[in-house]
Parts: sequence; C-alpha cells; structure tokens
Amino acid sequence: MKNPAATAKQPVEVEKDASMIKQKEMMAAHFDRLTNAKENGDKVASTFVPGNLNELIMCFDMVNNLPEVNAIQAGLRRKSGAYVMEAEKSGHSEDVCTYVKSDIGMMAKGNIGPNGKELPSPDVLLLSYTGCFTFLKWFELLREQYKCETIFLQTPYMADGKVTPNMIQYMVKQLKEDVIPRLEKVSGVKFDIDRLREYLRKSAKAEDDLVYILQSGKKVRSPIDAYFGGIYYIGPIFGAFRGTDHAIEYYKFLRQEVDQRIAAGLGPVTPDGPMGEEKYRLVVEGPPNYTNFRQFWKMFYDEGATVVASSYTKVGGTYDYGFRHDADRPIETLAEYCLGVYTNRSLPMRIDMLVDYINEYQADGLLINSIKSCNSFSAGQLLMMREVEKRTGKPAAFIETDLVDPRYFSAANVKNRLESYFQMVEQKRSSTGAAA
Amino acid sequence: MSKPTTQEIIARCQVLFEDLNFTAAREWKEAKDGRKVIGYMPVYVPREIIHAAGMLPLGILGGGDQMEVIHGDAYYQSYICRIPRSTIELGVTGKLDFVDGMLFPSICDVIRNLSGMWKMMFPDVYSKYFDVPQTYEDEIGGTFYTNEMAEFRKDLEELGGNKITDDALNNSIDLYNKNRQLIRELYDFRAQKPWQAPAWEVYLVIRAGLVLPVEEHSVLLEQYLAAAQAEERPVRDNTRVVVTGLFCEQPPLNLLKSLELAGCYVVDDDLMLVTRWLIGDVPTEGDPLHNLSQAFLHHSESTAAKYEPNLEEKGQFLVRAVKRTGAEGVIFASTSFCDPALLDRPMLQNVLNEANIPHIAFKYAENSGQMQPIREQAGTFADSIKLWSAA
Ligand code: SF4
Ligand code: SF4
Repeated sequence: MKNPAATAKQPVEVEKDASMIKQKEMMAAHFDRLTNAKENGDKVASTFVPGNLNELIMCFDMVNNLPEVNAIQAGLRRKSGAYVMEAEKSGHSEDVCTYVKSDIGMMAKGNIGPNGKELPSPDVLLLSYTGCFTFLKWFELLREQYKCETIFLQTPYMADGKVTPNMIQYMVKQLKEDVIPRLEKVSGVKFDIDRLREYLRKSAKAEDDLVYILQSGKKVRSPIDAYFGGIYYIGPIFGAFRGTDHAIEYYKFLRQEVDQRIAAGLGPVTPDGPMGEEKYRLVVEGPPNYTNFRQFWKMFYDEGATVVASSYTKVGGTYDYGFRHDADRPIETLAEYCLGVYTNRSLPMRIDMLVDYINEYQADGLLINSIKSCNSFSAGQLLMMREVEKRTGKPAAFIETDLVDPRYFSAANVKNRLESYFQMVEQKRSSTGAAA
Repeated sequence: MSKPTTQEIIARCQVLFEDLNFTAAREWKEAKDGRKVIGYMPVYVPREIIHAAGMLPLGILGGGDQMEVIHGDAYYQSYICRIPRSTIELGVTGKLDFVDGMLFPSICDVIRNLSGMWKMMFPDVYSKYFDVPQTYEDEIGGTFYTNEMAEFRKDLEELGGNKITDDALNNSIDLYNKNRQLIRELYDFRAQKPWQAPAWEVYLVIRAGLVLPVEEHSVLLEQYLAAAQAEERPVRDNTRVVVTGLFCEQPPLNLLKSLELAGCYVVDDDLMLVTRWLIGDVPTEGDPLHNLSQAFLHHSESTAAKYEPNLEEKGQFLVRAVKRTGAEGVIFASTSFCDPALLDRPMLQNVLNEANIPHIAFKYAENSGQMQPIREQAGTFADSIKLWSAA
C-alpha cells in the first residue's frame, strides 16, 4: 500500500486522459485571456456559475470572470485555506460561505490567478442572483471594493416545481429593460440579437454532447465518473466557453473519447490510471471538497466506487432534463436557463432528480457530501437523504466536508464513513439477493 | 374599566409569548366556524391580504429557549441556525396542527429550502414560498410583486371559499396602518425615554401582535403606551444603543434583559420587522395590491435580507437610525450561521467606521443560555462609550 501521506502531497505524475489535457489547456487559455484583459483592451464581467449568461456577455465583447472558479482553483492549489483565514482576520465570520472568503482573501493578497498573474478588476459585476442567497451579499462585498457598475438580475425561486408566466415576464423585463442596456453602456458595444442567437445555437450543440456524456453513466460499467471526472467535463460549458466553437469541439472530442471507452468496455480514467473493477455505482449530491480533491477521489476509486450521476454537475444547467438554449427565443431562453439550474429547484424537485438518477443509472445508493458553509445546498439534505432512501429502497450515507476550507476536511472521518457505507451496500445486496 | 398597568399588560404578553401551543390563536379559530389561520416566518409578508380573507396571520418565530428540540435536530446539520429546526419541532409535535397554511418569505436559503421540506412533511397544509422582488423599478419588480400577491390572494380565496374584495383589502390596510403607526409611536417613545419602556417589554408587546388579531393588538399597544408614559421609572446612566441583526431567529428574552443590565438602553432594533416593514401609511384608496407593492418598493425598511442597489446607500439606514434615536453605538447581534446577517455585517461595520460610530458584535442562538459573556461585552462597550464622551 502506498503511504497515504505521500499521496496527499502532489505526486509527480498524474494520469490524464486526452480530454482532461484539452480541458486544462482551455481553462489556462481563459485565465491568460483574463489576466491579459487590460493589455488587450478587453472588458471584464464578473458573474456566477449558476445562471451565468455567457452568451450575453460575449455579445458585448467582454470576458467572463467567475469568482467561484477562482475559489475552486485556489482550493485545488491549496491556497484557499490561507485566503479564508485572511478574510476571517479582516472581520468575516467563520460561519459563512468559504467561497466568498477565499475570494476576498485572494483579493487582499494581490488577486493572483492560477497562472501566477494578477486577475483584473472587473468592469462590471453581473449579479445573477440564481439559486443562492450568498450571491447577493458576495457581490455587494465586491462592489464595496471595486466600486464598479453592478447589474442585478433576479431569478425567482422555483418553489412549486414550475415556472410561471410571471417569473418569465419578470426576468425578460429585467434583461430587456435593465441588464442589456446597462451592459451596452459599460461595454460601449451595441446589443445585436442575431449575435446572441448565433451563440445560443452553438451552446445548444455543445449541450447535446454534454448530455450524451453525462448520460453515459447509465451504462453498467460506466465509462465516466460523473462527479470527480464530471467536474472536469462541466468546466468549459459552465464557465466561459458556452456558446463558443471551442466548447463544441471539446464536447465532440470528449464524446468520442467516451465512445471509445464504451466500445472497449473501459471505466473512467482516474489520476492513478484507468479504474479497476466497478464495484459500486453511486449517485452523489452536493459539491465536492477541493482542498483535498485527489485524496477524496482516491477514497472512491480505491474501493471500486464510480459516481454514475451527480447533482453538482447540474448547478450550471439541468440539460439532462431537456433544457437547451433556444436561439428562436433568445431572451426567454436565458430566463429559463437561470430558472432551471439545480440550486434554484425546490427541495422536492431535487429529491425527484436524485431518485430518478438512482433508478435510471442503476445506482447502489446515494451519498451526500454536505458542505459546511453552503446553506443553499445543505439546508434540507438530511430530509433528502431519508426521502431518497424511502423511495428507492437503496442505502444513503452522509459525509461532511467543505468546498475550499481545509479545516473541515477530515480524511479519517470521511474514509470511515465511506467504508461503512460500502459495507451497507454489500449487506443490502446480499439481503436482496437472498430475498430474490 | 380601570386602565391596565404596564405590569398587567406585560404579564399578559408574557403568557402569549411563552405559550407554544398558541392557545390564543386556537381560541380565535374555534370561536367561529370556518375561520382559518395562516402562519408566516420572518422577515416580511403582506399580512393585510390574510386579514382581508378573514383569516388570522400568525407569526411563527421558532421555539425560543424554552422548547426542547428533539426531532428538529434530526433534520439539520450542526452548522445551520436554530430557527428551522425548532420550527420543524413545532410542526412535528402538533403545536401547529391548527394552522391552515404556512408562508416562507424569501429571506435566505435556509427558509427557502424549509418551504420545500414543509410541503413534503405536511402535504395537507397549504404552504407557499413567498417570493418578493429584489429590484425596485415599478414596471419590473413592481409588476412581478403585484402579480405574486394576486396569486396569493387567489390561493387564499380558494382556501377560504370567499372572494377577497378590494374594499376588504383597503380596510385591512387601514387597520395595519394604524397598527404600524402605534408601533412607530412606541419606538419613538422608547428612543426618547428608554427607561420608561425597557427593550424586553417593548419586545413582548410587539411580539403579542404576531399572535393576536391586529385590532386587538392595536388596543394593547395603546394601553401599553398610555401606561408606560404614565409610570415614572428611575433613569439610569445607560448608553444608548441600536441593536441590529435580530431580524430572523429570535434572541432569548434574557439577552435583551442582559443588555440593559449591562448598561445599555436599546433605542432601536430590527426585531420583528414585519410589524414595521412598511414605512408610513399605505394608501387606502385605489388598487390595494398596487399600493402594497409601491410601499414595498419605495417605502420599506432596509435589512440584510434585501439587496441594496445603490452603493452609497449601503448601510446608511443604520447611520440614520443612530442619528434619529440619538444612539451612541451599535451592537451587531447576529444569529450563529446566519448568512444574511453575517455576510452583511462587515459592510455595515465599514459604514459605521466611516461615520465614527462605535460598535461591537457577538453571536447568539435562540436557545443561548449563558448570558455572562454577552453581558460583559456589552458592559465594557457601554463603559468605554461613557469614558469617551466624558473625555
Ligand atoms: S451555492 Fe453554496 S458555495 Fe456557492 S456561493 Fe452559494 S453558499 Fe457559497
Ligand atoms: S437565522 Fe439567518 S440563516 Fe437562519 S433562517 Fe433566519 S435568516 Fe436564514
């Protein structure tokens, strides 16, 4: 057995499939574009992943900067811990979302991006208030620092499991009468609806392939890991590439890669190489931990556990439920997109989704990774767990970590919980096997 | 009939406050066939619509420090505030079994998600997440909100089996205007003579309004105002403070008492904002939903649960409260794990720093038992302000 302490540090060689390399290159190119924005005369819009309006932002020749992605990068690079502490030192509460604190701490320490260069101050904060209350305060906090134009777009909550005409009208009005005119003003670029349509068409193409890829998890012997691997897969489309040719190419490429693995009967590729036998098929609810991402993932693949579907990969859009950006209804479609993202769905809808996943992806059960500082995801997860168990008859388990605060990742605890969970799955199997 | 004394009034309010079976609301419901009760959580709902439907709006503010939470804890991780778990406790232990509907205002993600939990746990009870606009343009946020209220009105019409007429709504608005006026009067009176109206008494008097019909509560307010004005109480050399952050989960009554014992007079607070949310009178002529919507957009309180579109305005409500009440400092008392309060706090503190207003901060939970640390902190704060002003 390898020394766990050694694996916790960055090992020299990490195995990656070609799509991961391509993905990394795209993300790196994006960060270069961002850090060179001022030199290149590009204007920068900061906005959030859920409800990000990348197609619209591109209509104004702006580059999109996503503070959550910066926090994730800081987490993966093990810098977020210090950033969070920095923010707490300056008066932020230990109780609140660590993404916000990582962002604020990073700003205090020079706002250095993953490429080692300083990230630009945004020209505009596009506060797309979708699915999480923290967004409101986060951009109020950033506005206080940057003193830049802040554009607000409210997405009503889908509390009754449906989108009403009033919700759509409200969003369309906000977009037409406020968001778009103000983006025109900040950017100096006139809005061209045909340009938006063109981007939306491209979005839909990539979305088709993304759905195909995520749904390949339905195969028994899944070719993908839809949580840990899924995070790489969603990167481009949830970030700055939706609506571009790059995204179309990337997802086409990824789709081919997945098809090859299916044809060869292979499972997902992990940082330690191709995954061995698929012993457990899991559905995971909640975001991952990023400060110990590889160590966390390893706890799964070492045990032969593949995540076949996850809710986290739906925070930037629930495409597998049929939504596609629609060029024929360019403004309405943006509204519908924001309304449908995972965290904007009511708790009963979230439960339905997890139950569907367990059934359709033939999963052994549900695992919830509850994030200490994320009320949007976490409040209600214990009820979700019970309901899903009741409705599927499959075992569920609960672990607790944080997104980017390393203080809340206890490897021993998580490992223990996972081990007993896998035992539970085994027991369930043998008891249903015996009953059959 | 002789006029009741403050002691008598407070004794009555205390009984209402401690009664987690909501006997008063149950009795109101039983007094007449077909009556219905609609519960609501913080921070704001237009109670006028419920009243106009002939129903009783009932404020549900968690279980306080007297209730043992057993079931509720099984629904929430340790890092989530207390009010949703004690509210669930109230629900599963049957204390809300007479409530015909529940409203979950859009204050934060915890209450938002609780709305879905309620639907699943109590499927036979009408429940609604009450969304409000965070944009304040008439044509945009205003229209959205008017339509949301119209939907709610329709829901209640179906639930109650009666039409809610514009006249009934205007009449209810009138009654709530009066109630708000009285509460403002009480707040003004306390700001002028805080020794005559201690914070915990004012709290209990206002809190009674969350369980009593508005007509009855207005009488109670008048009685308390008259009694508090008439009674001479000793003046202490206390420091005048504004307390903020109390807008959702309730502080234990002891916390309010401790502040005063520590040498602070509370001259303003953001407790039970639903009773003062709308500033000034809402017109009682014309389209009532439009009027309520206008009041919400343009004449309503600022709080952490709201988006402030204007950077220059951020936190100014607090500076104004300090000036208006002659306060000497601000106490940030926030619920542990409360996103709105705790994310907002640093910005408000910056605004106060710029305005040279001293402040301190601590956290509480509805079931906090130990008041000693809070008392010490508040005491030191009060003393240091006194020292400064003497220097
Ligand atoms: S969804 Fe959770 S992690 Fe993301 S900003 Fe909101 S609270 Fe933070
Ligand atoms: S106390 Fe704060 S976090 Fe908790 S429900 Fe109320 S507003 Fe939300």
